Amino acid sequence: MNVLLGVGGSDLSYQALDETIERSREAGDDLTVAVFDNEEMDTGGAAIEERVRETLAEADFEATVRHVEGDPGSRLVDIAESEGFDRIVLGSGERSALGKIQLGSIAEFVLLNAQTPVTLIR
Amino acid sequence: MIRYYPDEPAGSFPSPPRQHTDREDRTIQFRRADATDRTALIEMYKQFDPADRAQGIPPARETAIERWLETILDDECLNVVASHDGDLIGHATLVPDEQEGYELAIFVLSAYQGAGIGTELVETLLGLGQSDGIDRVWLTVERWNDPAIALYRKVGFETANSERFEMEMSIRLLSSTSDE
Repeated sequence: MNVLLGVGGSDLSYQALDETIERSREAGDDLTVAVFDNEEMDTGGAAIEERVRETLAEADFEATVRHVEGDPGSRLVDIAESEGFDRIVLGSGERSALGKIQLGSIAEFVLLNAQTPVTLIR
Repeated sequence: MIRYYPDEPAGSFPSPPRQHTDREDRTIQFRRADATDRTALIEMYKQFDPADRAQGIPPARETAIERWLETILDDECLNVVASHDGDLIGHATLVPDEQEGYELAIFVLSAYQGAGIGTELVETLLGLGQSDGIDRVWLTVERWNDPAIALYRKVGFETANSERFEMEMSIRLLSSTSDE
Protein backbone atom coordinates (compact mmCIF):
# COMPACT_ATOMS: atom_id res chain seq x y z
CA MET A 1 0.00 0.00 0.00
CA ASN A 2 1.15 3.55 -0.78
CA VAL A 3 0.70 5.67 2.32
CA LEU A 4 0.83 9.47 2.48
CA LEU A 5 1.43 10.81 5.99
CA GLY A 6 1.01 14.55 6.63
CA VAL A 7 3.21 16.03 9.39
CA GLY A 8 2.68 19.65 10.44
CA GLY A 9 4.69 19.79 13.65
CA SER A 10 2.04 19.15 16.34
CA ASP A 11 2.73 16.56 19.05
CA LEU A 12 0.06 14.35 17.56
CA SER A 13 1.62 14.61 14.10
CA TYR A 14 4.89 13.20 15.50
CA GLN A 15 2.98 10.49 17.33
CA ALA A 16 1.30 9.66 14.02
CA LEU A 17 4.78 9.47 12.43
CA ASP A 18 5.98 6.94 15.03
CA GLU A 19 2.86 4.80 14.68
CA THR A 20 2.85 4.95 10.90
CA ILE A 21 6.51 3.89 10.68
CA GLU A 22 5.75 0.82 12.80
CA ARG A 23 2.59 0.04 10.90
CA SER A 24 4.32 0.46 7.51
CA ARG A 25 7.17 -1.76 8.59
CA GLU A 26 4.78 -4.54 9.64
CA ALA A 27 2.58 -4.21 6.56
CA GLY A 28 5.40 -3.59 4.07
CA ASP A 29 3.83 -0.28 3.01
CA ASP A 30 5.61 2.42 1.03
CA LEU A 31 5.57 5.57 3.12
CA THR A 32 5.78 9.15 1.92
CA VAL A 33 5.97 11.84 4.61
CA ALA A 34 4.56 15.18 3.47
CA VAL A 35 5.88 17.99 5.65
CA PHE A 36 3.76 21.14 5.75
CA ASP A 37 3.74 24.46 7.59
CA ASN A 38 0.84 24.46 10.02
CA GLU A 39 -0.11 28.02 10.85
CA GLU A 40 -1.47 26.82 14.19
CA MET A 41 2.07 25.75 15.14
CA ASP A 42 5.25 27.75 15.80
CA THR A 43 7.70 25.40 14.09
CA GLY A 44 8.54 25.92 10.42
CA GLY A 45 8.95 23.35 7.64
CA ALA A 46 12.74 23.01 7.91
CA ALA A 47 12.66 22.15 11.62
CA ILE A 48 9.83 19.67 11.07
CA GLU A 49 11.69 18.00 8.20
CA GLU A 50 14.81 17.67 10.37
CA ARG A 51 12.84 15.95 13.11
CA VAL A 52 11.09 13.66 10.59
CA ARG A 53 14.44 12.63 9.11
CA GLU A 54 15.92 12.00 12.58
CA THR A 55 12.93 9.88 13.55
CA LEU A 56 13.20 7.83 10.34
CA ALA A 57 16.94 7.35 10.88
CA GLU A 58 16.44 6.24 14.49
CA ALA A 59 13.75 3.80 13.40
CA ASP A 60 16.00 2.65 10.56
CA PHE A 61 13.12 2.96 8.11
CA GLU A 62 13.25 4.35 4.60
CA ALA A 63 10.58 6.76 3.49
CA THR A 64 10.29 9.60 0.99
CA VAL A 65 10.17 13.02 2.64
CA ARG A 66 8.78 15.96 0.72
CA HIS A 67 7.45 19.46 1.35
CA VAL A 68 3.93 20.58 0.69
CA GLU A 69 3.57 24.21 -0.37
CA GLY A 70 0.33 26.18 -0.32
CA ASP A 71 -2.82 25.18 1.54
CA PRO A 72 -1.87 21.93 3.31
CA GLY A 73 -5.32 20.32 3.39
CA SER A 74 -6.14 20.72 -0.27
CA ARG A 75 -2.58 19.86 -1.34
CA LEU A 76 -2.62 16.59 0.64
CA VAL A 77 -5.92 15.64 -1.00
CA ASP A 78 -4.54 16.55 -4.47
CA ILE A 79 -1.30 14.65 -4.01
CA ALA A 80 -3.07 11.54 -2.74
CA GLU A 81 -5.42 11.52 -5.73
CA SER A 82 -3.06 12.53 -8.52
CA GLU A 83 -0.19 10.28 -7.43
CA GLY A 84 -2.15 7.15 -6.64
CA PHE A 85 -1.82 6.95 -2.87
CA ASP A 86 -4.04 4.37 -1.18
CA ARG A 87 -4.38 6.15 2.14
CA ILE A 88 -3.77 9.46 3.89
CA VAL A 89 -2.71 9.39 7.55
CA LEU A 90 -2.92 12.42 9.84
CA GLY A 91 -2.51 13.04 13.55
CA SER A 92 -5.05 15.50 14.94
CA GLY A 93 -7.47 16.03 17.82
CA GLU A 94 -5.65 17.89 20.57
CA ARG A 95 -7.42 18.30 23.89
CA SER A 96 -8.10 21.68 25.48
CA ALA A 97 -7.23 22.20 29.16
CA LEU A 98 -10.81 21.25 29.93
CA GLY A 99 -10.34 17.99 28.05
CA LYS A 100 -12.43 18.61 24.94
CA ILE A 101 -11.07 17.14 21.74
CA GLN A 102 -10.96 19.46 18.76
CA LEU A 103 -9.77 18.50 15.29
CA GLY A 104 -7.44 20.90 13.49
CA SER A 105 -8.74 22.66 10.39
CA ILE A 106 -6.36 20.72 8.09
CA ALA A 107 -7.58 17.35 9.39
CA GLU A 108 -11.20 18.49 9.02
CA PHE A 109 -10.61 19.49 5.41
CA VAL A 110 -8.90 16.22 4.55
CA LEU A 111 -11.56 14.08 6.24
CA LEU A 112 -14.35 15.82 4.35
CA ASN A 113 -12.70 16.15 0.96
CA ALA A 114 -10.36 13.22 0.41
CA GLN A 115 -11.41 10.54 -2.10
CA THR A 116 -8.93 8.12 -0.54
CA PRO A 117 -9.47 6.50 2.85
CA VAL A 118 -8.12 8.60 5.73
CA THR A 119 -6.68 7.31 9.00
CA LEU A 120 -6.90 9.79 11.87
CA ILE A 121 -4.51 9.17 14.75
CA ARG A 122 -5.35 10.87 18.03
CA MET B 1 -4.46 31.77 18.48
CA ILE B 2 -6.61 34.89 18.48
CA ARG B 3 -10.01 34.29 19.98
CA TYR B 4 -12.96 36.52 19.19
CA TYR B 5 -14.92 38.01 22.09
CA PRO B 6 -17.93 40.34 21.96
CA ASP B 7 -17.19 44.06 22.44
CA GLU B 8 -19.91 44.50 25.03
CA PRO B 9 -20.11 42.61 28.32
CA ALA B 10 -23.27 40.66 29.16
CA GLY B 11 -25.49 41.71 32.06
CA SER B 12 -25.07 40.48 35.60
CA PHE B 13 -25.59 36.84 36.59
CA PRO B 14 -26.71 35.32 39.91
CA SER B 15 -24.03 33.92 42.24
CA PRO B 16 -24.18 30.65 44.14
CA PRO B 17 -25.48 29.42 46.49
CA ARG B 18 -29.05 29.65 45.23
CA GLN B 19 -32.00 27.42 44.51
CA HIS B 20 -34.45 27.19 41.67
CA THR B 21 -37.64 25.27 40.92
CA ASP B 22 -37.27 23.54 37.57
CA ARG B 23 -40.01 23.05 34.96
CA GLU B 24 -40.93 19.71 36.56
CA ASP B 25 -41.39 21.31 39.97
CA ARG B 26 -38.18 19.90 41.43
CA THR B 27 -36.20 22.08 43.81
CA ILE B 28 -32.63 22.26 42.56
CA GLN B 29 -29.78 23.62 44.68
CA PHE B 30 -26.78 25.32 43.09
CA ARG B 31 -23.54 25.81 44.98
CA ARG B 32 -19.84 26.23 44.45
CA ALA B 33 -17.87 22.97 44.32
CA ASP B 34 -14.22 22.12 44.92
CA ALA B 35 -11.91 19.13 45.35
CA THR B 36 -13.94 17.88 48.35
CA ASP B 37 -16.80 17.08 45.92
CA ARG B 38 -14.63 14.71 43.92
CA THR B 39 -16.19 11.46 45.15
CA ALA B 40 -19.75 12.68 44.62
CA LEU B 41 -18.86 13.90 41.13
CA ILE B 42 -17.29 10.55 40.21
CA GLU B 43 -20.60 8.91 41.21
CA MET B 44 -22.54 11.38 39.07
CA TYR B 45 -20.32 10.87 36.03
CA LYS B 46 -20.60 7.08 36.33
CA GLN B 47 -24.33 7.54 35.66
CA PHE B 48 -23.76 9.83 32.70
CA ASP B 49 -25.47 8.68 29.50
CA PRO B 50 -22.77 7.80 26.92
CA ALA B 51 -24.95 9.37 24.22
CA ASP B 52 -24.60 12.74 25.97
CA ARG B 53 -20.82 12.76 25.76
CA ALA B 54 -19.34 15.47 23.59
CA GLN B 55 -15.84 15.92 22.20
CA GLY B 56 -14.43 13.16 24.38
CA ILE B 57 -15.78 14.32 27.74
CA PRO B 58 -16.81 13.21 30.25
CA PRO B 59 -14.48 10.23 29.82
CA ALA B 60 -16.08 6.79 29.94
CA ARG B 61 -13.90 4.77 32.30
CA GLU B 62 -13.78 5.50 36.03
CA THR B 63 -9.98 5.91 36.14
CA ALA B 64 -10.19 8.41 33.28
CA ILE B 65 -13.05 10.25 35.03
CA GLU B 66 -10.89 10.52 38.16
CA ARG B 67 -7.94 11.91 36.23
CA TRP B 68 -10.14 14.38 34.38
CA LEU B 69 -11.79 15.61 37.59
CA GLU B 70 -8.37 16.09 39.14
CA THR B 71 -7.63 18.69 36.43
CA ILE B 72 -10.92 20.55 36.52
CA LEU B 73 -11.26 20.61 40.33
CA ASP B 74 -7.90 22.39 40.58
CA ASP B 75 -7.83 25.66 42.56
CA GLU B 76 -7.40 27.65 39.32
CA CYS B 77 -10.78 26.45 38.04
CA LEU B 78 -14.30 27.49 39.07
CA ASN B 79 -16.95 24.83 39.58
CA VAL B 80 -20.67 24.86 40.35
CA VAL B 81 -22.79 21.79 41.02
CA ALA B 82 -26.56 21.28 40.91
CA SER B 83 -28.21 18.85 43.31
CA HIS B 84 -31.66 17.40 43.84
CA ASP B 85 -32.62 15.65 47.09
CA GLY B 86 -28.95 15.65 48.06
CA ASP B 87 -27.66 13.94 44.90
CA LEU B 88 -25.51 15.74 42.33
CA ILE B 89 -27.34 15.94 39.00
CA GLY B 90 -25.36 18.62 37.16
CA HIS B 91 -21.94 20.23 37.03
CA ALA B 92 -20.46 23.24 35.25
CA THR B 93 -16.82 24.26 35.12
CA LEU B 94 -14.57 27.14 34.03
CA VAL B 95 -10.98 26.15 33.24
CA PRO B 96 -8.30 28.77 32.47
CA ASP B 97 -6.73 28.61 28.99
CA GLU B 98 -3.16 29.65 28.12
CA GLN B 99 -4.21 33.22 27.42
CA GLU B 100 -6.57 35.21 29.61
CA GLY B 101 -9.81 33.39 28.95
CA TYR B 102 -11.70 30.52 30.58
CA GLU B 103 -13.23 27.53 28.79
CA LEU B 104 -16.72 26.56 29.93
CA ALA B 105 -18.48 23.20 29.93
CA ILE B 106 -21.69 21.91 31.52
CA PHE B 107 -23.10 18.46 32.18
CA VAL B 108 -26.61 17.52 33.28
CA LEU B 109 -27.79 13.93 33.87
CA SER B 110 -30.29 12.92 31.21
CA ALA B 111 -33.26 12.57 33.61
CA TYR B 112 -32.82 16.25 34.46
CA GLN B 113 -32.36 17.62 30.96
CA GLY B 114 -34.97 19.77 29.22
CA ALA B 115 -36.19 21.32 32.48
CA GLY B 116 -34.21 24.57 32.42
CA ILE B 117 -31.50 23.36 34.81
CA GLY B 118 -28.67 23.78 32.28
CA THR B 119 -29.51 27.44 31.79
CA GLU B 120 -29.58 28.08 35.54
CA LEU B 121 -26.34 26.16 35.98
CA VAL B 122 -24.50 28.18 33.32
CA GLU B 123 -25.87 31.46 34.65
CA THR B 124 -24.83 30.57 38.21
CA LEU B 125 -21.32 29.65 37.06
CA LEU B 126 -21.03 32.91 35.10
CA GLY B 127 -22.21 34.76 38.24
CA LEU B 128 -19.44 33.07 40.22
CA GLY B 129 -16.96 34.01 37.48
CA GLN B 130 -18.16 37.60 37.53
CA SER B 131 -17.68 37.88 41.29
CA ASP B 132 -14.19 36.36 40.90
CA GLY B 133 -13.25 39.02 38.30
CA ILE B 134 -13.29 36.73 35.26
CA ASP B 135 -14.06 38.55 32.01
CA ARG B 136 -13.54 36.30 29.00
CA VAL B 137 -15.29 32.95 28.69
CA TRP B 138 -15.49 30.69 25.63
CA LEU B 139 -16.74 27.24 24.76
CA THR B 140 -16.99 24.87 21.83
CA VAL B 141 -20.14 22.97 20.97
CA GLU B 142 -20.89 20.44 18.25
CA ARG B 143 -22.62 22.30 15.44
CA TRP B 144 -25.57 19.90 15.37
CA ASN B 145 -26.26 20.25 19.11
CA ASP B 146 -29.17 22.69 18.71
CA PRO B 147 -30.49 22.56 22.30
CA ALA B 148 -27.06 23.43 23.71
CA ILE B 149 -26.47 26.21 21.18
CA ALA B 150 -29.92 27.69 21.95
CA LEU B 151 -29.12 27.58 25.68
CA TYR B 152 -25.79 29.37 25.27
CA ARG B 153 -27.35 32.02 22.98
CA LYS B 154 -30.13 32.66 25.51
CA VAL B 155 -27.56 33.19 28.25
CA GLY B 156 -25.71 35.72 26.06
CA PHE B 157 -22.95 33.81 24.26
CA GLU B 158 -22.18 34.94 20.71
CA THR B 159 -20.84 32.83 17.85
CA ALA B 160 -17.08 33.35 17.56
CA ASN B 161 -16.22 30.81 14.86
CA SER B 162 -18.56 28.50 12.99
CA GLU B 163 -16.24 27.21 10.27
CA ARG B 164 -15.20 24.07 12.15
CA PHE B 165 -16.98 20.85 13.18
CA GLU B 166 -17.30 22.45 16.59
CA MET B 167 -18.77 25.89 16.82
CA GLU B 168 -16.96 28.30 19.10
CA MET B 169 -18.95 30.76 21.21
CA SER B 170 -17.80 33.45 23.64
CA ILE B 171 -19.06 35.98 26.15
CA ARG B 172 -17.62 38.84 28.20
CA LEU B 173 -18.63 39.29 31.83
CA LEU B 174 -17.06 42.58 32.98
CA SER B 175 -17.24 46.18 31.80
CA SER B 176 -14.00 46.98 30.02
CA THR B 177 -13.02 49.98 32.20
CA SER B 178 -9.82 48.38 33.47
CA ASP B 179 -9.18 46.33 30.36
CA GLU B 180 -6.47 47.10 27.73
